[in-house]
Amino acid sequence: MKKGWLAIAALVGALALAAGLGMSKANASSHNSSAVSGNISIVGVWTGAEQKNFQAVLNGFTKKYPNVKVKYKSTGDNTPTVLSTAVAGGNPPDLASVSQPGLVRDFQKKGALKSLDFAKGTLAKNYPASIVNIGKINGHVYGLLIKGANKSTVWYNVASFKAAGIKPPKTWGQFTKAIGTLRASGQIPLSVGGADGWTLTDLFENIYLRQAGVAKYNALSTHKIKWTDGSVVKALKTMGSILQSANMSGGTSGALQTDFPTSVSNVFSKKPKAAMVIEGDFVPGVISPNPLKPGSGYNVFPFPTIGNTAGYVEGGGDELMMFKDNPATRALVNYLATGAAQSIWAKRGGYTAPAKTVPPSAYPDAITRTTATAVGKAKAFVFDLSDLQPASFGATVGQGEFKIFQDFLKTPSNSAGISRTLEAAAAKAYKSGK
Amino acid sequence: MEPPPGAAPPAGGPGALRRNAVALGFLAPAVIILSVWIIYPTCYTIARSFFGQQGFGDFVGIDNYKALFTPFNSHNILLKAIKNSAIWILVAPAMVTAIGLIFAVLTERIRWAVAFKTVVFMPMAISLFATGVIWHVMYIKDPSQGAVNAGVGAIRSWFVSPGALSNALPSTSTLTGSPQKGYVLTKPISAGGTAQLGLTAIPPTDLSSSAKQVVVPRAKAGAIEGIVWRDFKPGGGVVGKPEQGELGIPGVHVNLLDSAGKKAGGATTGDDGAFEFKDVKGGGYKVSIDKSTFAAPFGGVSWLGSQLITPSIIIAYIWVWAGFAMVVIGAGLAAISREVLEAARTDGATEWQVFRRITVPMLAPVLSVVFITMLINVLKVFDIVISIAPGSTQSDAAVIAVQMWRQSFGGVNDFGLGSAIAVFLFVLVVPVLLLNVRRFKREV
Repeated sequence: MKKGWLAIAALVGALALAAGLGMSKANASSHNSSAVSGNISIVGVWTGAEQKNFQAVLNGFTKKYPNVKVKYKSTGDNTPTVLSTAVAGGNPPDLASVSQPGLVRDFQKKGALKSLDFAKGTLAKNYPASIVNIGKINGHVYGLLIKGANKSTVWYNVASFKAAGIKPPKTWGQFTKAIGTLRASGQIPLSVGGADGWTLTDLFENIYLRQAGVAKYNALSTHKIKWTDGSVVKALKTMGSILQSANMSGGTSGALQTDFPTSVSNVFSKKPKAAMVIEGDFVPGVISPNPLKPGSGYNVFPFPTIGNTAGYVEGGGDELMMFKDNPATRALVNYLATGAAQSIWAKRGGYTAPAKTVPPSAYPDAITRTTATAVGKAKAFVFDLSDLQPASFGATVGQGEFKIFQDFLKTPSNSAGISRTLEAAAAKAYKSGK
Repeated sequence: MEPPPGAAPPAGGPGALRRNAVALGFLAPAVIILSVWIIYPTCYTIARSFFGQQGFGDFVGIDNYKALFTPFNSHNILLKAIKNSAIWILVAPAMVTAIGLIFAVLTERIRWAVAFKTVVFMPMAISLFATGVIWHVMYIKDPSQGAVNAGVGAIRSWFVSPGALSNALPSTSTLTGSPQKGYVLTKPISAGGTAQLGLTAIPPTDLSSSAKQVVVPRAKAGAIEGIVWRDFKPGGGVVGKPEQGELGIPGVHVNLLDSAGKKAGGATTGDDGAFEFKDVKGGGYKVSIDKSTFAAPFGGVSWLGSQLITPSIIIAYIWVWAGFAMVVIGAGLAAISREVLEAARTDGATEWQVFRRITVPMLAPVLSVVFITMLINVLKVFDIVISIAPGSTQSDAAVIAVQMWRQSFGGVNDFGLGSAIAVFLFVLVVPVLLLNVRRFKREV
């Protein structure tokens, strides 16, 4: 028995020693790459192929700073919960990347975040001001967009368009005419992934941005104007006019049961069930292997303009936030904000760089190049509105925006009623602060 | 040798710890696990339910519990979840027990009972989540993908067959009608006139490969000439006019209706879409396309739609658990003495009377075991609901356990409300648990 106790004590001692050695403090200044050392833990939403790509970016960092170890942990869709629990437990990671700016705001309010103002120099060199502003709270930068998504894109099946004899529409009027022509040619025009409510919110946001303008869009995203505002009802009417049962693959009930990946494979197929799917630049990466080739099989056009709105982009992305401030972590943030780092990811595909210093040649094919550079070149860039809302209204399956827009898909003529329901749900969410 | 009652060693006193050390040693792991993983979280959850989303600094009293029962805008999912859970509790345990009982009694008689029981029991071997994924795929509305609708469609096709042009629509307003009634050219025609019936929304694959370029019909005395054609060419073309590049539709049944609306003749279009009614006298005729051409193919029953989602999930659940019920009841059945049954049969009782008056009452304890087990399971049902219901009907299918998870971990991150729902679920389960404990005590 005594020998056993001794063995256990020795083991515990050895573990404590190892832990102590592991937590070596970062020393010296960050000018000297080999002098910066430490361990960085970073938590993010990227899994699978995206995780491999991000790891390649991190490998570029550790090549520059050989004494720093970076460990990435993927928590997928549970990232908000994992981070909330970690912060509540007093043990957050050094850095985290999330898709909801609302979450960044929540953590900043709790006082859990450290400001990223130290990176101002790098940001000024690499980022357009409008994208830096997305992560600013009270004038200080707390969130940094490191992966962008252009959600103002429409993907189509080239063969269907050829059979109908139409070209990609530029304006909303041409778009509705194209829908009519496609129907007359015997091809269902739209593939709608209604089972995933967020696809419907993206369509609404694209229409609303172009009809109501950037100022009203920003006001709606912070609930400064209500969802019962006339501009919202107008956008809903426009949205309802194309979401007719005859225009969608499977009709209304089929669309409500179609999830997003299926809505993509309905179009990206040699025997397409529909001609177009309206979603962001991540669409081609969703199905693999892709039965169609870019350009000859499938292609993309920017979301049609309503009025003088060319160059308007509604997008999303993942924001980086910092919980612990030390030289090693600062070095990593500065690195991730550079065009060089983001080019590594861009080359591997499925990525839109927020930095303007990423050359178009970094993207693997012409289609990705067009959709990705549209973000940096945007005349006006706004962030996905539902991602900016409190989670119970904008990000939860089966309730809030997702559910109410699904109800709208069921009854697309009920713009006034749906806008009232949206306002009631939003008011409740904003009042309770969740 | 049992020590006589009353001669047990004194409970307290010196050396009590020493005497009970072995017993305590064996109990310790269970006590630690129970305290750390069951008792402490239960107390923590009950305490947490009185606070809001921000944590223990945000006391809200019984607001979370009030939220459970407050109707809000017809979108109060909690209320719907409670209603759905009530449906589950009333339907699922009873159906599982009944089907298990029927299977157990029937398989007593057959020779291949073991094989049958194995097949019925197999669904228990896979996780409920995997079951949910399997049934979600089977319930897909599109009959070419969903197995259930494929079966329904196959049966339906014995009675109804789809038309050749099920999606077609008239290209102009010269044709009136509907896919259900057929389309008729509104302008009356006389002998020597022509009829042009243009249809659109026809995929090129719906046209027979023998279709040829359509030709404008030429008038012939004493006859009515006409064409039925696909009024579309790439780019749209001019609607209502047969143009170069537009194909006639072969094989369409066209009817000639006289001025009273009665059928006066029929014809079928040729490869270039042309048809002819010969020996026509007078006027006031109307040309129509038979409604059978437009009979819509089977679109599929919407199993995952908001009306049928809860019954659909309950069916999948019964598919999993009927095997369990059958096996347990079968064991109980085997324990019934055959003599009682034989005696009843010799006395002239029918099989049904034997079943109703002897078998079932004797099986009552086993049936109650199965029923109560199912009741507790159904109160907690979660993974099968999440995996079968698509996002658009998650709120229609919601049950209490799913809502608890959604409010806590599914995005809202409100642990206070989630804790309140968990406590509510606990309060619902406690009476059933007490029933079970009482039954165990009685048996012992």
